[in-house]
Amino acid sequence: MSQSMTGAAMVVKALKDHGVEVVFGYPGGAVLPIYDEIFQQNEIIHVLVRHEQGAVHAAEGYARSTGKPGVVIVTSGPGATNAVTGLTDALLDSIPLVVLSGQVPTFMIGTDGFQEADTVGITRPCTKHNWLVKDTDQLAETIHRGFHVATSGRPGPVLIDIPKDVQFATGTYVGPKTVRVESYQPKVKGDIAAITRLAELIETAERPVFYTGGGVINSGPGASQLLRELVDATGFPITSTLMGLGAYPASGKNWLGMLGMHGLYEANLAMHGCDLMINLGARFDDRITGRLADFSPRSTKVHVDIDASSINKVIRVDLPILGDVGHVLEDLLKVWKSRGRRLNKPGLAKWWGQIEGWKAKKCLDYKNSSSVIKPQYALERLEALTKSRDRYICTEVGQHQMWAAQYMGFEAPNRWMTSGGLGTMGYGLPASIGVQMAHPEALVINVAGDASFLMNMQEMGTAVQFRLPVKQFILNNERLGMVRQWQQLLHGERYSQSWSEALPDFVKLAEAFGAKGIRCSDPAKLDAAIAEMLAYDGPVIFDCMVEKHENCFPMIPSGKAHNEMLMGDAATEGAIQAGGAVLV
Amino acid sequence: MAALNIKKGSTSHSAYELRDPNSQVAESHTLAVLVDNEAGVLARVIGLFSGRGYNIDSLTVAEVDHLGHRSRITVVTRGTPAVIEQIKAQLGRIVPVHEVHDLTVEGRAVERELALFKVVATGEKRIESLRLAEIFRANVVDSTLESFVFEITGTPEKIDAFADLMRPLGLADVARTGVAALSRGV
Repeated sequence: MSQSMTGAAMVVKALKDHGVEVVFGYPGGAVLPIYDEIFQQNEIIHVLVRHEQGAVHAAEGYARSTGKPGVVIVTSGPGATNAVTGLTDALLDSIPLVVLSGQVPTFMIGTDGFQEADTVGITRPCTKHNWLVKDTDQLAETIHRGFHVATSGRPGPVLIDIPKDVQFATGTYVGPKTVRVESYQPKVKGDIAAITRLAELIETAERPVFYTGGGVINSGPGASQLLRELVDATGFPITSTLMGLGAYPASGKNWLGMLGMHGLYEANLAMHGCDLMINLGARFDDRITGRLADFSPRSTKVHVDIDASSINKVIRVDLPILGDVGHVLEDLLKVWKSRGRRLNKPGLAKWWGQIEGWKAKKCLDYKNSSSVIKPQYALERLEALTKSRDRYICTEVGQHQMWAAQYMGFEAPNRWMTSGGLGTMGYGLPASIGVQMAHPEALVINVAGDASFLMNMQEMGTAVQFRLPVKQFILNNERLGMVRQWQQLLHGERYSQSWSEALPDFVKLAEAFGAKGIRCSDPAKLDAAIAEMLAYDGPVIFDCMVEKHENCFPMIPSGKAHNEMLMGDAATEGAIQAGGAVLV
Repeated sequence: MAALNIKKGSTSHSAYELRDPNSQVAESHTLAVLVDNEAGVLARVIGLFSGRGYNIDSLTVAEVDHLGHRSRITVVTRGTPAVIEQIKAQLGRIVPVHEVHDLTVEGRAVERELALFKVVATGEKRIESLRLAEIFRANVVDSTLESFVFEITGTPEKIDAFADLMRPLGLADVARTGVAALSRGV
């Protein structure tokens, strides 16, 4: 159905046609016509953020917790450039976003007009695709393409730059069904011969391991369901990247915990010693592999990924399967079952015996204290007091993020929002706002560090304005904890610029925003303080004063292999050689 | 006179299957990338190469289907087999890219480049440049009493060889188009 309307009206109409309920944004000169249309309707809720970076992270939290695309509206120039960090974050973590930016009128483009920036040029490398729309008749179709590209294949952010005169002009609106992107047809079904080969490998493997990633989450809840069925039916151990937590439940009997630089001992050693590695929707990130030359040296490696460029990028695999994880798992289960559900049971029993030996090391043990709150203890208590709730966890980036991944358990997909690929400090608070917008009744907690929290703390204003009861749980060590840890291990304990000399009083800060502030520094009072936070119906900043120089272990130092982990009680002096210091 | 120093061309490789995927030896490959001729598409392709640290030895681009708004980008690049595979996969996921062909592994391709050479010389050198141009089937497209502009078409290696010969004879300026390539046969 085609209708005549202004470009600004088309934007709102197109968003409605795509079922958009919430947009995150910030008005400005170049998007005033769109904001005028937003004002004159009630179906789409607009969440006014305090900084455009916050809008993008909020949309990421919304997208990650719902599986739907997040939508952002920003103005030209600084509005668009402020969105760049969020776009890059979403690109690296494959989060579907549709960002609409205003632009100076077409006749002013290239004149260095007020609030003009080359937005499509700046965002070209940090979006999956972007468009500058110069003709109102093309606008509706471009927005529909944007939604299609953002949400299909390997999801990612797209940006549509809309000059102000295009918003004012009248054109013809076309509906979403008429649009097709000919050059972009992602392949979702895996090659059945390759899938059959994988079934054969499963039948004979002695020491297999599933290594799963964010691709399982992105494939939808069905993929997580199929993964659980396959893991339980085969009895294979499973580990996951930071981005994939929750696809298989933490309480599941085959769960080894997260792998990688701060992953669990048993998970990393299983990866190192396996004879069959089945990578489902992960991408052999450098936080996972450690030293490439010694990465899982004796295994047959299988990689299922929807993005051909992820396959053989850093690790050469023996069996690549290009396709959507959910579709491949469905076919794999069918093939393996029809071949008689065979397994190498004696081999598996021996393998599990070995894994139990690694588990007995209890790599997450730490020395607790009765006088000071250990960050690990704080998260163990937070986990114990909230795990039965309808709960979503966001994080910032740093030590607290790794501790949250280690000490908290995720039972379902879409419950864990963290900045994995880009490692964006300041992600968690706005992300928690996006999650709470999507799940008003749920408990949404942002596990934060004092330094990360300050990077986007202005978004507390958004939380208060929209009555979003997000809980900001700050593990406050008055340090940039991860930077300090690396300086201790790699730079001779010269703590260059890694402590916070003039932190705000977080309780007063909360109160200044109109939220509640709680401080706790006594382990004995921690449970009661957390209970107080949970009982409060509104946003809370919880200032949890923790041990200042606690290190995050286990740790695979830079440039080391999976079987060269540092444990909590290990002597750390000289553990990382000069070669490792050049890595990040 | 310098011998014709024809380097190993990108079309003289063995079949794809025979290449060692783990080889650390850099190879030259000619890629044909068919794209929608939309705004910024060339920037996307070039940005991919610069952003990920790949090399571009030669690049040509023009619209080849005016009705369908399709352009053909021919890139000559260099890398180990793993890097070449990665380049092709990365190109393939750019949204307006329709097809990526590795002409170097898809069978021998015809590769041609056009170049213009300005040679400033008098006397014996001038005569010699004209004689060599004839051997290379280069055409004179501009002439003064002190200079010629030669137009030459051929493989990049032939053009390199012609440049080597013209240099001592008074080569003043060169313009090259970069490689255009098509696969042979059907």
